[in-house]
Amino acid sequence: MDKTWNNKGWFFVLPVLALVLFSAAIPLMTVVNYSVQDTFGNNVFFWAGSEWFEELLHSQRFHDALWRQFLFSAIILAIEVPLGIGVALAMPRKGWGVPVCLVTMALPLLIPWNVVGTIWQIFGRVDIGLLGHTLFGLGLDYNYVRDPLDAWITIIVMDVWHWTSLVVLLCYAGLVSIPEAYYQAARIDGASRWAVFRYIQLPKMHRVLLIAILLRFMDSFMIYTEPFVVTGGGPGNSTTFLSIDLVKMAIGQFDLGKAAAMSLVYFLIILLLSWIFYTVMTNAGAERGRATGGEGGR
Amino acid sequence: MDLSWMAWTWHTAAFFGVIFLLLVGMGVWEYARPGGAPRIGVLGFETTRGDRLFVSLLGSAFICLAWLGLVGSSLWWALALALVYAVLVFRWV
Repeated sequence: MDKTWNNKGWFFVLPVLALVLFSAAIPLMTVVNYSVQDTFGNNVFFWAGSEWFEELLHSQRFHDALWRQFLFSAIILAIEVPLGIGVALAMPRKGWGVPVCLVTMALPLLIPWNVVGTIWQIFGRVDIGLLGHTLFGLGLDYNYVRDPLDAWITIIVMDVWHWTSLVVLLCYAGLVSIPEAYYQAARIDGASRWAVFRYIQLPKMHRVLLIAILLRFMDSFMIYTEPFVVTGGGPGNSTTFLSIDLVKMAIGQFDLGKAAAMSLVYFLIILLLSWIFYTVMTNAGAERGRATGGEGGR
Repeated sequence: MDLSWMAWTWHTAAFFGVIFLLLVGMGVWEYARPGGAPRIGVLGFETTRGDRLFVSLLGSAFICLAWLGLVGSSLWWALALALVYAVLVFRWV
């Protein structure tokens, strides 16, 4: 039987289209326009062509910031994902402990990013901060203002504290959706705890876990507020990530052309990585769907 | 309407014009041959022609960046390379 097509529904998409145009497409076009020009303000522009892109691609400062950004995201994922799975597995499935755990887990997510940065900025200080003072009292030479490694550890621990809950909640949602019959079958078969995790829980968490990895990767790759509040990109440039470097260039130095070029390269990297993640996620889902006879899919 | 704040140049206007025409062209193509022509290509997963356009555009951007970073400032050869790449993507991906 032929389908009846009614394309009037597309008109309902128009407000969204207008919103995306004004909030994303037009600003992006402006950034592209800026990236090939130079300006000293007053809407006066000079043609620069691909000069900013060349300068950026040969800039050691950009390479360092990009490397730091990838390293930060890799460390964050390596810690938060296994930790999130572990905490989700340890959380109760029924009883009064469920709401207590869920609320406790949700709390860090509700705190604004600059407040988290301020909390950890004070918490880590050797003179008045509980963490910094305690570590100093234990004889550790901890000072995130002076030592790059300490600054990195502080920022990583802060991010783990702030965002592991997201992985936990997503994994927990995946875990509670597993029917009890799966566990009963595993018990009858005498499956070990590891076998239950490997062949029941992990496959069932697969999709939410991929979403968690994508969200955490994107967020950590674009992180700005928290490290800026805690270290301001220092000591030196040791915690200057791409976003911090970009703001320094655009607002601090008013290098709008170069900052626009950097924004575009940053955007293209994020777009590529998002596409890879999305493709892996959807195709893994489709393959699993085929393997289980229809469940999942694009 | 004053659009001077957007700092348009004819180069960037032409760039976005080409992207817009590509999207219109894809729309016409889809109207003429609906379904998106899904297939599994060399990457081993299913792509539609919209996916192939996206891969072509994104790859072209990185080809141009790589050219600027590794070769030099004239992007005409990079553009030619990007066109060859797009043809290969539409043929085999």
